[in-house]
Amino acid sequence: MPSFEFNGKTIETDDEGYLQNLDNWNKEIAGYLAKTEGVTLTEKHWQLIEWIRAYFQQFQVAPAIKSLVKEIGKLENIQDKKEANKFLYDLFPEGPAKQLAKIAGLPKPTGCV
Amino acid sequence: MAKPKEKYKVPVLDGNINIPRIVPGASAYEHMIEAQKDDMEALGFPSKLQDGWKEKAIGVFKEILDNNKALRDYMDICVRCGACTDKCQFFLGTSDPNNMPVQRQELMRKVYRYYFTPAGFFKNLSNSQELTEEVLKDWFTYFYQCSECRRCSLYCPYGIDTAEVTMAARQIMDSIGLGQKYATEVIHKVFKTGNNIGIPAPALRNTLDDLEEEIKDETGKDVKIPMDVEGVDVLLVPPSADFFAMPHMESLKGYAKVFHKAGISYTVSSYASEAGNFGMFLGSYKNMKEINKRIWDEARRLKVKRVIVGECGHAWRAAYQYSNTMNGPFDFLDSKYKSPTHICDFTLDLINKGAIRLDKSANDDKVVTFHDSCNVARGSRMGDYRGGQFEIPRQLIKAAANHFVELREGTTRESTFCCGAGGGLLTEEVMNIRIAGSMPRMQTVKEAVDNHKVNFYALICAICKTQFSKIFPTYGFDAEMVGGIHQLVSNAIIL
Repeated sequence: MPSFEFNGKTIETDDEGYLQNLDNWNKEIAGYLAKTEGVTLTEKHWQLIEWIRAYFQQFQVAPAIKSLVKEIGKLENIQDKKEANKFLYDLFPEGPAKQLAKIAGLPKPTGCV
Repeated sequence: MAKPKEKYKVPVLDGNINIPRIVPGASAYEHMIEAQKDDMEALGFPSKLQDGWKEKAIGVFKEILDNNKALRDYMDICVRCGACTDKCQFFLGTSDPNNMPVQRQELMRKVYRYYFTPAGFFKNLSNSQELTEEVLKDWFTYFYQCSECRRCSLYCPYGIDTAEVTMAARQIMDSIGLGQKYATEVIHKVFKTGNNIGIPAPALRNTLDDLEEEIKDETGKDVKIPMDVEGVDVLLVPPSADFFAMPHMESLKGYAKVFHKAGISYTVSSYASEAGNFGMFLGSYKNMKEINKRIWDEARRLKVKRVIVGECGHAWRAAYQYSNTMNGPFDFLDSKYKSPTHICDFTLDLINKGAIRLDKSANDDKVVTFHDSCNVARGSRMGDYRGGQFEIPRQLIKAAANHFVELREGTTRESTFCCGAGGGLLTEEVMNIRIAGSMPRMQTVKEAVDNHKVNFYALICAICKTQFSKIFPTYGFDAEMVGGIHQLVSNAIIL
């Protein structure tokens, strides 16, 4: 199984770098995962990371993209959905569903997404 | 919008779909991630290659040949005329000769000749080949660079269904423990949660609540999306991407508005929350049947009169072509209706009957074109007449929008190109194959944008929607152009 070393601990991932054990996640590891994705974490990223983790804890699945757009709209006070969507993609250029899930320590979203 | 990663090889678009000079092994570098142990086991396959895999593979191969007369014919009757060679988007995009349909099939035919024909004994004369690890590696690479789109089959003078060959190869590989992570993980999730994404019932309800709220905000109307309701007329089964992804969810809003306005009672189901059927991609009859069964079990349990399938290409093929023999008969449904019915057929019928009305001017900011999805175009039918799968979506678009143009002739209807990610290829590790495979289609998109100012790319397939949303920006087009036909309906319907 693939893994990486972090602060002397071996962290297992799946073949695409998503954490195998969600309990291994912490903020430092989020920073590390973000770096592998070429994302520099800002306060705005962190708000979404915390929100998506809470959502996952409640529902055992990541939220729909629309819900993410809605949330960022609320957080940033952006009324226009297209603008909110663009804002989200600026934060996670390779696609918010997968990049945000990875950095937040959640499993990769599967299916036709 | 997403910027292409530097590692991606993006072809230059000049509007031409040229037959490339062949480059042996050009796309050998990109292949699928192997399946995970628990997913393989859940699907009834060995978790990994074990001792004796070769004998087992040949045994399974023989079993398929014995049970599937068509496959034996496909193995025997190819005369290598070459009519298929330049029809595959993956060959056109990668230049790899193993992606010529005839050559891809030859990877299997040479093994067939070795084990199952008398001439196979004379290896050089018959160009036969023992199944070795090297051959297996080629199978795993190239049978997963085929999207089972059947474009090549259309041009085969012998009518060889090349997708069946790919499916058989994948079936043999799965049965010896060599599986693909993406599709097997997805099927395992269907068994656990009812859908490819893994959305449990409470999360689904929460998502639907959000969507109802959004429709209310936008229209002021209380449009409901009921879930798990017994005794309604219709069980609506969309691809689960309609519950999760963009632009897919815009089409779900469209379906909901159509039911609302027509006053037809319906429900979605948290048990049968997936129209897609990745069992078909694997060529696994057993898994395909089990996935399909969920829909009809749920139709029985909820006592509906009919089943309607959402915008999803292979889902429509699986539901339309195989349901009855796999899990029928459906004598418990109302025989007045086609079961299943395609959502486009359903909506167009309501428009024609005057049960719902559309204001086309709502889409006046759009110049729309339509991409026929392969499994709808070449793997099924729609409505009551020959070619309905081509006419119904077009008529529906024209009922919802004033400006419609066709893509280049020879690349539409039954001759449509694959989006480049069907058949289980919609996964990141083969992104370069996906980009290369979309090249022929993207040439025609560029033409439509340049010549006709097309700015809306209408689709009726969840895989197509996801693929093009990802691929458009890599070629310099806006992902926002990509959408569903019911997204247009959603904009235009008078509530």
